[in-house]
Amino acid sequence: MTPSNTTPLLSVRNLRVGLQTSHGQLEALRGVDFEMQRGDTLGLIGESGCGKSLTALAIMGLLPERATVSGSIALNGTDLTQLSDEALCTLRGTRMAMIFQEPMTALNPLHPIWKQIAEPLQLHQGMDLVSAKARALELLERVQLPRARERLDNYPHQLSGGQRQRVMISIALACQPDILIADEPTTALDVTVQKEVLALIRQLVAEDGMGLLLISHDLGLMRDQVERVMVMYGGAVVESAPTKALFGMRAHPYSQGLFAARPQLGLKRGTRLQTIAGNVPEIFNWPQGCAFADRCAYVQDNCRQALPQLELVPGTHDGIDENVADKSRRVNAHWVRCPEWQKLEASA
Amino acid sequence: MSTPQTFQRMTQRALKHHSFAVGAAIVLLLVISAAVSLFWSPYPVGDIDIPNKLAGPSAQHWFGTDSLGRDIASLLLVGSQNSLLVGFIAVGIGLGLGVPLGLLASAQRGWVEEVVMRAADFTFAFPALLSAILLTAIYGPGLVVSITAIGIFNIPVFARITRGAANAVWSRDFTLAARAAGKTKWTITWEHVLPNVASVLIVQATVQFAIAILAEAALSYLGLGTQPPNPSWGRMLNEAQSQMFQAPMLAVYPGVAIALAVLGLNLMGDGLRDLLDPRLSRTR
Repeated sequence: MTPSNTTPLLSVRNLRVGLQTSHGQLEALRGVDFEMQRGDTLGLIGESGCGKSLTALAIMGLLPERATVSGSIALNGTDLTQLSDEALCTLRGTRMAMIFQEPMTALNPLHPIWKQIAEPLQLHQGMDLVSAKARALELLERVQLPRARERLDNYPHQLSGGQRQRVMISIALACQPDILIADEPTTALDVTVQKEVLALIRQLVAEDGMGLLLISHDLGLMRDQVERVMVMYGGAVVESAPTKALFGMRAHPYSQGLFAARPQLGLKRGTRLQTIAGNVPEIFNWPQGCAFADRCAYVQDNCRQALPQLELVPGTHDGIDENVADKSRRVNAHWVRCPEWQKLEASA
Repeated sequence: MSTPQTFQRMTQRALKHHSFAVGAAIVLLLVISAAVSLFWSPYPVGDIDIPNKLAGPSAQHWFGTDSLGRDIASLLLVGSQNSLLVGFIAVGIGLGLGVPLGLLASAQRGWVEEVVMRAADFTFAFPALLSAILLTAIYGPGLVVSITAIGIFNIPVFARITRGAANAVWSRDFTLAARAAGKTKWTITWEHVLPNVASVLIVQATVQFAIAILAEAALSYLGLGTQPPNPSWGRMLNEAQSQMFQAPMLAVYPGVAIALAVLGLNLMGDGLRDLLDPRLSRTR
C-alpha cells in the first residue's frame, strides 16, 4: 500500500444513509469509514441487507431520492456529497464506474452491444461513431470476449451470462475510471465462469492502476482477489483487516461466525455446517447499539447502548503507522468494533 | 443478422398471425380507398340527382343513391378520408403531447409526476364526446373542433400509459447501469426508456385510432363534427335515420364501414401486441 500522506483516491468518512420508509425514518448505514489509494483492492463482505450495495450506490450518487446522506465521500479530494447532479453525472463513467450483479438485466435488450459500449465514449470523450465503434472492439478484445469482431453487432440476448458480464466490464472501463466498484459481479454466473471473470477484473484493474471496491458475500472469493477486507453487519463496518490478517484471526464474533459457517472441503459426510444462532434483525428493528448484540455469545450491556468504538487488534502484520490518530485510517491496521474481542481471541 | 433477412422473417411471422393479417388487410383497404378517393370517385360527392333518389344497387350506383340521389359508394369512399384524417391527427396530438408528459413524469418523479398525473386524471374525467360538445358550444361545430376535442382526450391516455410503462423500464438494471455510466435522465429517457415503451405505444395508438374514428362518427351523427357538404360516415348515418323505413340499407352501409374500420384497427392492434412482444415471439 502507498503511504497515506498523499490525497487518497477515495476517502469515506462517517457515511450515514437514512431511508424514509413506511416504517418511518431509519438509518441504513450507521457510519462507514474507509480509505483507498490508487491500486488498492478492497473487499466489502456481509450478508444481504447489511448495507454493502447501499455503500456502493452512495459513492456513485445513485441512491434513491428519498435517501438522506451525511458524512463525506471524497474522490481525489473532491467531496461527492456536495456536488450537483450535473457534476456527478460527469464523474460517473469517467472517474468512477460500477459493474452490477445481474449482467442479464444490466444491458438494454434493444441495442447491439457495441452501441452500449460506444455510448459513454461518445458522451464523455466526444468520440464520433466510427472511432467509438473501433474503440468498442478494442475494449471487447481487452476483456477477452471470444470472436469480438463478430460479436459487435450482437444483441445482449445472443450472449451468455459470462460474456455479458465481460461486456459490462468493457463499458465500465471504457473511459478509464480511477475507481471500479464491482457489486457482486459474479453472483449470477456459473461457478466455472466466476473465477475467469474475477481474474479478468483483477488483471484490468492492476493494468490501469485503478482502485477496486469488490462487494461480495463470498469469503473464498475475497481471499484471492483483494488485499483488504471489511466485514459489514447491520449498516456498520464491524471489522476491517488486511486479507491475510483476517484469514489468520477474526476479532469480531460475527466475522468468526461467518468464517465458521463456510462449507469446507474434507468435512465428513453428513456433518452439519455451523450456523450463526438467531436471525438477521429486520432493518426497522435494529438495536440501538451493536446490531449483532442479540445473536452474540459475548454480548455485554454496553453493546446494546451504543455502537462499540473501534479497537485495534495488534498482530503479526507490520507497517502500522502509529502517527495517524484516526485508527480506521492507519495503513495495514486490523481493527474491530467489539469490546470483547480479546475474549474471542482467547477462546479461538 | 442482416436487415433484409430480419424484415423477411418479421413479414412471415406477421402473415402467420391471422388476426393481425386480417386487421392489417382491412386497414390497408381503408387507406387505399381514402387515397384513391383523393383523385377519383365514381361520381362527384356533391352531385345531387333528385329524380334518381333512393335508387337500389345497380351497375351505375354500386350501393344505390341516397335521399338526394347522391352516389353512396362515392360518399363512403370520400368519407373514409375524413375518418382517417381525424384518426391521424387526434392520435398525433395524443402521442405528441401525452408521451413527452408521461416520460417527463417518469423521469422526474416527485411533485412533477404528481402534477402531470393529476392533470391527466382531470382531463381524463371528461369523455371525448362531452368535451367536444363543450368546445362546440364555444367555437361552433366543425371538423377542427371535433379533432381537437378527441385529440385532447387522447393526451391523458398516452401520458398515463407512457408513464406506467416508463416506470417499469426505470426500475430495470440497465437504466441504473446507464446512470452509473454518467448519463443524464434525459439521455436515458431518449436512448433507453422510449425505445422500450415504443411497442406499448404503437399498440395503444391503433386502439386510440379506432376510438377516434368512432368518436368522430358519433360527433358527426350529432351534427357537431364534419359539416356539409363534406361527406362523413357519421353524418350519412344521421341522414339515413329519417329514411329508416323507406331505405333501411342507407344506414347499413356507413354502419358497416365504421364497424369494419374499428374492427380492422382493433385486430391489428391485438396482433401487434403479440408480434411486438419478444416473449411471445419465441413460442409462436
